[in-house]
Amino acid sequence: WSAESMAGISKKKKKSEVIVTSCTVYFYETFFFMKKMSFFFACKYLAKDVTYICPFIGALRGTLTVTNYRLFFKCMDRDQSLALDIPLGVVSRVEKIGGTSSRGEVSYGVVCKDMRNLQFAHRQPDDTLKKSIFEVLMKYAYPISNSLAFFAYDYEQIFPENGWKVFDALAESKRQGLPNESWRISKVNDHYELCDSYPSTLVVPVTIPDEDLRRIAAFRAKGRIPVLSWIHPETQATVVRCSQPMVGVNSKRCKEDEKLLQAIMDANAQSHKLFIFDARPSVNATANKMKGGGYESEDAYQNAELVFLDIHNIHVMRESLRKLKEVVYPNIEESHWLSNLESTHWLEHIKVILAGALRIADKVESGKTSVVVHCSDGWDRTAQLTSLAMLMLDSHYRTIRGFEVLVEKEWVSFGHRFQMRIGHGDKNHTDADRSPVFLQFIDCVWQMIRQFPTAFEFNEYFLITILDHLYSCLFGTFMCNSEQQRLKEVSKTLSLWSYINSQLEEFTNPFYVNYSSHVLFPVVSMRHLELWVGYYIRWNPRMRPQEPVHQRYKELLAKRSELQKRVEELRREVANKAASLTSERAGSPTRSITPVQTFV
Amino acid sequence: MLSLGTGGGKASKASFVSYVTPEEIKSEKEPPKKNKHPELLPGEVVFCSANPILKFTQDDQSQRGVFGTLLCTNFRVAFVSDEEEDAAQHFKNRLYGEHDIPLMCVDSIYGGYDDKKKLITSGLVKNKSPNKMIIHCKDLRVFQFCLTFTKEEDARKIFQGIVHHCLEPKSLKCVFAFSYSNIPNPERWATTTFDSAEDWNQEMKRTRGWCKIVTGNENFELSQRLPQVFIVPKAVSEEDYAKFQGLGLPIWCWSHHTGCALFKASSVPMLQEDTVAQAYMERMLNDVAQNHLYSVKTEDLSETLPSIQEIQLAYTKFKQFFLIDNTTDFWMSDVKWFSSLENSGWLDIIRQYLQKAVEVVECLEAENTNVLIMEEDGTDLCCVISSLVQLMLDPYFRTLPGFQSLVQKEWVAGGHNFQDRCNHLHHKDKEQCQSPVFLLFLECVWQLLQQHGPGFQFSETYLTVLSDSVHVPVFSTFLFSSACQRVSSIRADSPQTQRGALSCPAVWDWSVQFDRKAQDFFINPLYAEKPVKVVKKSHRPKHQRQLSLPASAFKTPSKKSFFKEETDSLKKMLRLRRISRWMLSPDSPQPSTREFYEAWLRKPLDYHGLLLPCLSGPAIRLWVQRYLRWLPEVQVFGGGAMAVISRLSELLAQVQELKQQLEWKGHRQETNHRGVPAHLQPAVRHSSVFPFASSRNWSFRPVIPTNVFQSLLVPDSLADQDDEYTEVVSLV
Repeated sequence: WSAESMAGISKKKKKSEVIVTSCTVYFYETFFFMKKMSFFFACKYLAKDVTYICPFIGALRGTLTVTNYRLFFKCMDRDQSLALDIPLGVVSRVEKIGGTSSRGEVSYGVVCKDMRNLQFAHRQPDDTLKKSIFEVLMKYAYPISNSLAFFAYDYEQIFPENGWKVFDALAESKRQGLPNESWRISKVNDHYELCDSYPSTLVVPVTIPDEDLRRIAAFRAKGRIPVLSWIHPETQATVVRCSQPMVGVNSKRCKEDEKLLQAIMDANAQSHKLFIFDARPSVNATANKMKGGGYESEDAYQNAELVFLDIHNIHVMRESLRKLKEVVYPNIEESHWLSNLESTHWLEHIKVILAGALRIADKVESGKTSVVVHCSDGWDRTAQLTSLAMLMLDSHYRTIRGFEVLVEKEWVSFGHRFQMRIGHGDKNHTDADRSPVFLQFIDCVWQMIRQFPTAFEFNEYFLITILDHLYSCLFGTFMCNSEQQRLKEVSKTLSLWSYINSQLEEFTNPFYVNYSSHVLFPVVSMRHLELWVGYYIRWNPRMRPQEPVHQRYKELLAKRSELQKRVEELRREVANKAASLTSERAGSPTRSITPVQTFV
Repeated sequence: MLSLGTGGGKASKASFVSYVTPEEIKSEKEPPKKNKHPELLPGEVVFCSANPILKFTQDDQSQRGVFGTLLCTNFRVAFVSDEEEDAAQHFKNRLYGEHDIPLMCVDSIYGGYDDKKKLITSGLVKNKSPNKMIIHCKDLRVFQFCLTFTKEEDARKIFQGIVHHCLEPKSLKCVFAFSYSNIPNPERWATTTFDSAEDWNQEMKRTRGWCKIVTGNENFELSQRLPQVFIVPKAVSEEDYAKFQGLGLPIWCWSHHTGCALFKASSVPMLQEDTVAQAYMERMLNDVAQNHLYSVKTEDLSETLPSIQEIQLAYTKFKQFFLIDNTTDFWMSDVKWFSSLENSGWLDIIRQYLQKAVEVVECLEAENTNVLIMEEDGTDLCCVISSLVQLMLDPYFRTLPGFQSLVQKEWVAGGHNFQDRCNHLHHKDKEQCQSPVFLLFLECVWQLLQQHGPGFQFSETYLTVLSDSVHVPVFSTFLFSSACQRVSSIRADSPQTQRGALSCPAVWDWSVQFDRKAQDFFINPLYAEKPVKVVKKSHRPKHQRQLSLPASAFKTPSKKSFFKEETDSLKKMLRLRRISRWMLSPDSPQPSTREFYEAWLRKPLDYHGLLLPCLSGPAIRLWVQRYLRWLPEVQVFGGGAMAVISRLSELLAQVQELKQQLEWKGHRQETNHRGVPAHLQPAVRHSSVFPFASSRNWSFRPVIPTNVFQSLLVPDSLADQDDEYTEVVSLV
């Protein structure tokens, strides 16, 4: 939809404002796009003659459009064909930079959540009553702060598949062989009364009645009691997750909690030990005692061994990502790239998280021991650890649908606070609750994809798409803080998986070999960890995306099937000829088949 | 703080504490008392041997090992295990096994005394003999042998013998190549050797060069520095050939299809008032320029690029990161991995060389100027730059035979001093000259290869093997200091014995080292051969510029005045000894190169056209295969890039088989229903270091880092904050 057609429409439609200057903001009260446009814009603003100051190319003139879903800049310079298309959910901050220039232009910086910053300049409307397009942007980028509705509620695309149906807690339990003689499915949290950030379906040891669970809920932070996430199909060793015990400075104990952990251990006949992985550094875990939290003492929990995994908190991670952005955007200092990268500690955090998950997976697989994983609240680091360990242990989660289930289960249903960690639609960009916890998880998955390029059904683009829609607010998938909250949204929004599952081809790794029931142990040395250039540095035009391997593979696949077809044809022809020879029709011209000219 | 990569020395490392006492090991398994010999090569002689020797298993944190015999021959240090070896090796070298070290491949030897290790520099062991011997190899393998189980006399002998034969200076005639005799095989990939005028002629025809071939140096009468056959600009007069013993003579390297060409020269030592030399240099520049009516740019590489000493220094630091002999060291060095890598400077040197090559490419491709690169000897940095330039510009050199011909042309015939740069003969006075210049070139090629996989016919395995082969003293290719020495060694005829005359193979006869199946790993399955029919069309418009005519960009009012100007400015520059016109600091590539690169980026990528490297920080990477292949800690079992390459190779093989079937059927037209498409071979799963280090056992236990957690120091108070800061914030 070009500026010209817009202008055409504006003449027909009712106009509330008509401004003649070149830097005009046209305001259409409402205007509906045709259904076939698939998007459903409630309103649309357009400013002509805006300068986008591209850090790579330089200043570009063009038009800037803001709708209730996106920001769209189209370059109007003849020799540049550049367009920016950014969902408003990605916008973290919009700020005016400096004063008005001699040309009467004002600069605005748009800080994005996806590792880029944009800078625009345009002429301030002469009429002070007219809104600058950036004021419009600030309004629609923060629907929560401005009491507007997210665009996700208006989004009316129809997909052949309903992504909300991808995950069904009972079906997933059934796949894992649950319930069984040791584990039952409890309805105690059916109405989120036990724990409002937990899913309604919980898998707990059969020997622990619901009353005990309620008592345990009082002992665990936010009521997040130990429940099963994954069970080994052969050894019955389990991955159990929870939040920290509220032991406090007085080392409070809870009989039922101790009984529960004993029951978890007893459910696995292979081992007489239980490992408790506390994701935090021990210093922080100890410090938590002052606030009533803490960790399991080995006196109270017989046969349990406590291991600290030293993963830092959300604030450290947020700061690390901020530094990383400084190092990669817009320009990379060539000769100090590696030390700059190191100083962000980003990959070190990735290493620590992966190392933690690796230890968990190793205990479960090689040690045949059940593990309990927690951090403070059990919704950030715990989710990272359990989901990564499950990805290493269970090849089902390495398929596209399996991975969707993993995210739905370990992240969404177990109450990772997406809304809070991303800050959807909230203008308070300095909010200390924001943190790239889920991004780190996806980064870890990418590191695993790189190390095992044939073990995953999905490709890098799949992960990038998930991250893009983590911020886009187009789908309801990552919009809430808990299952309880999302229950209300499901009917009003679409699932990201609807979109993804309707074009699987794009997200499929052609090299995928399903080696089922094979455990992956990634190498967590810095020598094998790498910055995810395809995500963090994708805006830099100097980094040409590399997909020749996949292309080549597809080419070869096509070539093979073509050749197979020819061989088949030839065979048929030969057979026909043989048949015709036997029926004594020898006069038929011999067709010589020339060797195929293929260049591989 | 432990500094990374000291490799040797001070720190008493856990690896020297034997967790198992010798008695325990003995009782576990009584070593069989037999002296095994490896299969000796023709001409190979055993100097000394000892048994039993315990070779520590590298990928084991406990100090266990394998018993066997340690031998030193005139070719290698060999270890023959008493146990049965795994027969299934996919990538077996025919010359030496996985536990053998060609003498030239030994980088350094350490003696282990209880808990200390000491660098051994000479064959004389003064006090007591060490109980352990650690050998670091140039291909980055690390061997640890325990000498305490054999008789003390034998231990001393083998230790001294190995040290003597590996580290003491020796004469060229003692190199194994002179004892080795081999029946030459037909080469699988025909390589142009550039030792005849015909080869040069062909090359000039191929590139449509416009220079003249000089054959007068057949017996090195003109100069011993110059090759037997070389090409100079047409205008160079005969008396100028040997004026400065060949110094300063512009030697043709390659011609661009627009007619401009790349030349290299050694520099004439020039004093301030040396008018003869100055006049000579000006004449040479004129000759280079006028020949094609093109402008010329000169570049003194030794002024703008890291010197061979700097290269050596950086690589010495760099290689220590990979010569790790125990797991504790490995994880210690993992913490500061990136900054250590950067501090070695090695990757930055690679970047600078690639950058320089791009600048030269820009001159040839975009500005259509002749380029003359210069350097003191004209056989080190010039070789790197000129071969990189040709690799980027000429797709022929990106094929396997083409690449081998390029190495022959620029390095072997071009007279790179392999002998001194590798210090093959361990002469102490040559240590100054030692520098891995050729390896630097291979690394630059690897960077290009990893960025533009489909553009190259050879694989990274090929490059790795080639870099190893430099240190295998069997091949004539990398043995000599100059063309003159090579020719005289080959010609040397000692009538009494055959020894002395050289009959050793070139490295390009790969069948000497690998069987045909193993050689298949040299082929890059990503390589997209150029479709023949597109040849004419595929040239981009700018490729259709007419040959040998000044390009339209040639904006000069009159040719005469132009050249005057140009040479005047050149004169000025020469006097100032500041020839480089496009010199730049490493961090600020001159805008024009950047523009050139970006303009190239905007065009659709043609793997059979110009290929430029991305030089941005994350794009210059560590050559994982070469450097990490022997480290057990980083082996990804069931993973690695090889997994993909294997899949591609499998598919490629199927396609080829189908093609053959079609061809075969087309010719015979028989009824044959056997033509089932090649069935998938059971996918052998490998580790990430495949095809190297193949005999290692598949381990199902992950490698858990030992010290991840202490390492991360978070400087600020953020670490102490609570996760949930604000319970008050109400959301949605």
